[in-house]
Amino acid sequence: MYPVLLLTILGVLLALAIGLVVRYFDAPEDAQGDAVRSLMPGANCGGCGFAGCNDYASALLRGEAKPGACHAMSAENLEKLCRLLGVAQEAVGEPLVAVVCCSGDDNHAVHRAFYNGVNDCLNAVLVAGGAKGCSYGCLGLGSCARVCPFGAIEIRPDHIAKIHPNLCRGCGKCVSICPRKVIKLVPRSVPVMVYCSSPNKFAMKKQFCSAACIGCRKCQKASGEDKIFINGFLASVNTEDPPDASIVEVCPAKCLRTICPPTAEAAESVQK
Amino acid sequence: MGEYFTLIIGAILVHNFVLSRILGICPFLGVSKKLSTALGMGGAVIFVMTLSGAATSLVNHLLLRGHGLEYLRTIVFILVIAALVQIVEVLLQRFSKPLYKALGIYLPLITTNCAVLGSAIICANDDYGIMKSTVFCGASGVGFALALLLFASVREKLELARVPKCLEGAAIALLTASILAMAFSGFAGLG
Repeated sequence: MYPVLLLTILGVLLALAIGLVVRYFDAPEDAQGDAVRSLMPGANCGGCGFAGCNDYASALLRGEAKPGACHAMSAENLEKLCRLLGVAQEAVGEPLVAVVCCSGDDNHAVHRAFYNGVNDCLNAVLVAGGAKGCSYGCLGLGSCARVCPFGAIEIRPDHIAKIHPNLCRGCGKCVSICPRKVIKLVPRSVPVMVYCSSPNKFAMKKQFCSAACIGCRKCQKASGEDKIFINGFLASVNTEDPPDASIVEVCPAKCLRTICPPTAEAAESVQK
Repeated sequence: MGEYFTLIIGAILVHNFVLSRILGICPFLGVSKKLSTALGMGGAVIFVMTLSGAATSLVNHLLLRGHGLEYLRTIVFILVIAALVQIVEVLLQRFSKPLYKALGIYLPLITTNCAVLGSAIICANDDYGIMKSTVFCGASGVGFALALLLFASVREKLELARVPKCLEGAAIALLTASILAMAFSGFAGLG
């Protein structure tokens, strides 16, 4: 009986000692560190290149990282962070938004096979490259939506991914996971994008998809040589010098569309 | 005085914890890749071993010996050492930031290290007094740190050497450790 009692008492006493020491001598609060950490978006998306928000905050405090690396941070918090760290705000890059460059939903694109496997793009491409006829098209099985830390990607019932620009923070996780590489990161100032990624010839594209870019060059003629590039039979927007939003009207295939700008109300809800 | 001298020389060189008693091999192999981390670990081991030597011998003399409870040694020592290191860590964090940063992660890592527990049990087995066990444990920690630093500097040089492909990594590290241990066996005549 005595040894059990001794061990119990010893355990309780030591636990009490640890508790008391922690209670009265715990490390003083790290005010700047806490302030920086509270400004982090907390999504742990890894878009900054560090292993989560906490790691990025410590790197910021050590001076090893710059405030602009976080795409998920709201403009307001970024300004606060720059002030806190004493860094000029000019060093910060322009915010980005991800765009799914494909219009091939079930109404427009043809499936060349019936895929009945695991409901995930990464699995679907393992089976002969996926069921969609166009090998540059969005499979619409939601690998990107599952990896998005902000819930900004919606998979439409007609099998295409739609990114909501007001929720997207441009971290780039979807870009790296998409097996078809149809998602692109573009600066938010770009008003329009070509919603097609296939450089194939017109006849070949039309075989699989009625919404594809047909390479007619109408947009290029309307906007000027350096605002729209044509690669093969695919138009692409020059993101450094983009055309106006009004250019969408000339596209006969309706695959040159605006990236819907965030409404003021939606932008507000994001910042909260 | 002479007694303490032989005790210290014995603990550091002749019966080196790592190389002749084969205790504490895990940190010896784990944190010996870089000299700077080895330095931190060595410091932490000396610190914890000295403290735990004093504390466990105190506990041994007051609570266990003479009450016929020697068989409880292992569990009580582990309990005391773990609690002690926890308390010391919190205190260090509060009062000595530089020391805490230097020892940092190594402190909690060695709470249940066999070298720390081993030194406490050797003291209890050989019936050392409180002063003598503290000195012995401190010297054992120094011996551990010495072996760790020697090994880490050898491994840093090894990084630059051309090692046969089949021996890369852990294999060459173990071979190096065995040669180092053989070198230390030369001290056997001293004690």
